[in-house]
Amino acid sequence: MADLGPLVPRNRAAHPVAYDPDYKTSVARSPKWALLSMESTPSEETGPRFGHQVLGEWDNNLIMNYTRGKAAAMGERILLHGRVLDEFGRPVPHTLIELWQANAGGRYRHIKDSYLAPLDPNFGGCGRTITNENGDYEFLTIRPGAYPWQNRGNDWRPMHIHISVFGHSFGQRLITQMYFEGDPLIDKCPIAATIKSRSQLDRLVAPLDMSKSRPLDYLAYKFDIVLRGRRQTMFENKLEGM
Amino acid sequence: MVQPLDRLVETPSQTAGPYVHIGCIPSFAGVKGIYAEDLGTSPINGTPKGEVITITGSVFDGTGWALRDAMFESWQADAAGKFAGHADADPAVTGFCRFAADKDRGTFTLTTVKPGAVAHRNGAMQAPHISLWIVARGLNNGLQTRIYFNDEDNTDDPLLSRIEQTPRVQTLIARKTGERQYRFDIRLQGDDETVFLDI
Ligand SMILES: [Fe+2]
Repeated sequence: MADLGPLVPRNRAAHPVAYDPDYKTSVARSPKWALLSMESTPSEETGPRFGHQVLGEWDNNLIMNYTRGKAAAMGERILLHGRVLDEFGRPVPHTLIELWQANAGGRYRHIKDSYLAPLDPNFGGCGRTITNENGDYEFLTIRPGAYPWQNRGNDWRPMHIHISVFGHSFGQRLITQMYFEGDPLIDKCPIAATIKSRSQLDRLVAPLDMSKSRPLDYLAYKFDIVLRGRRQTMFENKLEGM
Repeated sequence: MVQPLDRLVETPSQTAGPYVHIGCIPSFAGVKGIYAEDLGTSPINGTPKGEVITITGSVFDGTGWALRDAMFESWQADAAGKFAGHADADPAVTGFCRFAADKDRGTFTLTTVKPGAVAHRNGAMQAPHISLWIVARGLNNGLQTRIYFNDEDNTDDPLLSRIEQTPRVQTLIARKTGERQYRFDIRLQGDDETVFLDI
């Protein structure tokens, strides 16, 4: 069997810019000097693994997990599902996915969120799951509301869900946000606009997926995630000249 | 024309935002009762082999203000330089920790086992270090860096040796401040901007 080699170097053009004056907080927080690029080492190629023992019964059901099944959260019920793959198209099985989001009115259950929309007593706002052997995952949740935020005079976040993925290597670690097909606020959002490649931003917009929608129960949105791959060739790890 | 190259492109990052704690450290955000416990509260469980140390520090923005909303993840080897999952690894070292900057002062604390030197694929040794990943509001991409130690021999470390402006090496080295105590500050901008990694 071929050995797993180093991580494929990140294509930084596929990611947002660090400094963007329209996203004001980035101005004082963006590093100015170039990143130090180097081939990955075992410190980046290894990473934490989480098994099903960390998961609780309700973890991937945000509609019910805050009340542990007693009462449903308010809002438009949706199934969020998709697949985690690497850059070579290989599934990433058994990896932890965590998400967090505002409630249907656009309010987060966080000590620092004071938006005037009310908290939903039946909604906590976080969930987690582990992909199956094919890299597939599913969450049941409600569609979060758009919300205003302190930036320019009148900025609103489009409806979005924050998503965190581990992969199998610490160097694959990724936090991103998914948006919803058809939301007119996406094109007005300075955070979405930190991604300068339109095709890359489009990859954060989940399409409505009626094939997975359950009649009289929930709509479905599909969100696939691609993580860095690792080179895998017969020549990897061979001494020079061999 | 050429054959299509059927490679996928990595999903782009987006900022973790100010409410990252809800998803990653819910009890810090005041969200209780969904998970039995937060993930990665400590990189050690029980009594690991080696020296247990505490590292404290802050992340400063370009104005010198300590971030109150940053979240960190660390990943490291055990005292013998083995990562969890390796057959000889210390079972008391998970190696992974999640922690947040303090809401009032912006300081973080990491209590862990001091890692050993880690072998590179080619057999060269890397000086003892902890990999650190930083996310926060205003950071569009998570920042990767490393914590080395000023009481270790860092002279032949392959990564530190790559830093052309040698004074910048100091930005990756934790200072010993007392018995088993270290200080490690991160500066996002300015004359002593931390070296961030693309690795
Ligand atoms: Fe958000």
